[in-house]
Amino acid sequence: MWLLDRDLWTEILNTLSKNMFRTFLTMLGVFFAMIILLLLLGATNGMSNSFDKIFEGTSSNSLFMWSQQTSEPYKGFERGRRIRFTTDDVELLKKQIPEIDIISPRIQLGGYNTPVSVYRNGRTSGSSVLGDYPLIDEVTKKNIVEGRFLNNKDIEYSKKVCVIGQEAYEQLFDKGEEAIGHSIRVNGVFFTVIGIYKKNENIDIDGDNAVFIPFTTCKKTFGGGNQVGFMAMTIYPEYTVPPIEAKIKKLLKNKYSIHPDDERAIGSFDMSRIFNSVSAFTGVLNGFSFFVGIFTLLAGIIAVSNILLITVKERTKEIGIRRALGATPRVVKRQIVLEAILITVFAGLLGFTLSTAILAGANVIFEGMENVPITNAIFSIPQFLISFFLLVVLSVLIGLIPANRAVKVKPIDALREE
Amino acid sequence: MIEIKDLHKSYKMGSNSLHVLKGLNFNIKEGELVAIMGSSGSGKSTLLNILGMLDELDEGSYTLDGVPIKNLNETKAAQYRNKFLGFIFQSFNLINYKTAVENVALPLYYQGVNRKERQEKALKYLEQVGLKEWAGHLPSELSGGQKQRVAIARALAAEPKVLMADEPTGALDSQTSYEVMDLIQKINDDGNTILVVTHEPDIADMCKRIVHLKDGVIVEDKKVDQVRASQYV
Repeated sequence: MWLLDRDLWTEILNTLSKNMFRTFLTMLGVFFAMIILLLLLGATNGMSNSFDKIFEGTSSNSLFMWSQQTSEPYKGFERGRRIRFTTDDVELLKKQIPEIDIISPRIQLGGYNTPVSVYRNGRTSGSSVLGDYPLIDEVTKKNIVEGRFLNNKDIEYSKKVCVIGQEAYEQLFDKGEEAIGHSIRVNGVFFTVIGIYKKNENIDIDGDNAVFIPFTTCKKTFGGGNQVGFMAMTIYPEYTVPPIEAKIKKLLKNKYSIHPDDERAIGSFDMSRIFNSVSAFTGVLNGFSFFVGIFTLLAGIIAVSNILLITVKERTKEIGIRRALGATPRVVKRQIVLEAILITVFAGLLGFTLSTAILAGANVIFEGMENVPITNAIFSIPQFLISFFLLVVLSVLIGLIPANRAVKVKPIDALREE
Repeated sequence: MIEIKDLHKSYKMGSNSLHVLKGLNFNIKEGELVAIMGSSGSGKSTLLNILGMLDELDEGSYTLDGVPIKNLNETKAAQYRNKFLGFIFQSFNLINYKTAVENVALPLYYQGVNRKERQEKALKYLEQVGLKEWAGHLPSELSGGQKQRVAIARALAAEPKVLMADEPTGALDSQTSYEVMDLIQKINDDGNTILVVTHEPDIADMCKRIVHLKDGVIVEDKKVDQVRASQYV
């Protein structure tokens, strides 16, 4: 295998190292191009990491739905009729819409329709009180800082327990005061605190001034029949949310005799839309930086080719001598191409090393900064491998230009006395 | 060793063609030391280029050591040059960033000789031209005569059938020229076939046979009594 021939590499390394300055200049273009490419990729990755962090803890294909008032008269009903979902609707959706993975109904106390008071030792917190199933934790993750979240036993036995948000805790308890095991009063009923959660840093629907109590407890204690205020759902990842959302609405509109064009009767929020627009944005950004980077790289490699082309002209005599001494065109070509590859690969690796160092340094610096939307900026291994592969392939192709020029030189012309 | 029959060569210069070699016939036997003489434009360099497989003949035949040299592609020509011929040039043509010993070893590299053997052979031939202690020096650190001796060592290293020297003393002063000719004579004494192209009569006289070219034809081909260069050294 000639690629492993030590003499060949010695010859090439000798040629390159004995023309240090030339080699150095040739390398610069690719070196900087590689740095630009990798820094661009690293920065965009860092940005999309930041976005991911924002969405962390919220299922990307989640859908929230609640009932409102109709805005169109339909089938003899006047407009302005209040629609109320019930637990039957939850069962209906479970049965009729197989694309739904999780569905978790909620009763909300407080807000604009039901007055609620959360009270302890003379203080009130103004929290909203949410009757939920433990499943809600899988739709919007609660960061439990102390204790635990609601579980199925709490639902089964309709326990009077609650999980409170950090703000609610601060309103109701003194700083550092033990809350777990202590009671708070919701509309006069005592609930034992079993957990405290911290809201997600970025996207959070419920906020952290809220009190979560078991759905069943809420229904039994505060009444409301089988009404459901709000349904949180996740759709299986193989489906996209909007068509399923339409399907669900159609089903419910049909059931409640709502005009098909009534946009106001059922409210919904599709988290995936935000996800999609953000990931489309980062995707475009990523593609763009790859595109820019690759062209910079191409420019760098063309610069190598250019310089090699010039040096081939400069080395006409040397190449002529080599050929007079028995170097076949193939050998001459191989040497030039390998020189091109070696220069680009070496410069590429240098660029890789430096840009990794720069990104690592930048990450350390940005770590503490809240307002820099870059988290863990680094290019991925596939990105690096693709860039590197392209680098090598392009350097071979472009090395062939000076190589072909070199073998076109006839030894007789090269050696002709000036 | 070399057989030339009815050799013609012309160059196209725009619309006219320049007939440079007009039917040459001559043979060189093994162990000969032949001077090809002629003034500039006589076709002696063209002849040497054809003999050196750096250029192709138009008509006639050229046989080197029994092998017909005709229609060679570049690869074949390079291999034949490497195997059959050693070149010595007027301007030495050493590779300037390689040391003396690396220059000498270069044809061996193209022959595929391994590193150790290359080094040994190169040193042996450098010793033969009296430059063993200069092995690690770059051409820029050597005098003209020394450079030409390195070039001679390089030509010898490949152990060719024929050595071809194109004005080997053209860039040297007369004292150094005689030293180089002395070396060439000694190499010839060892049985090597050598062709020297020159326009200097005193250099030609140091060969054993002079072929005189004029306007593309051989006007004279005579054996001479060799003047030993050692008497001037």
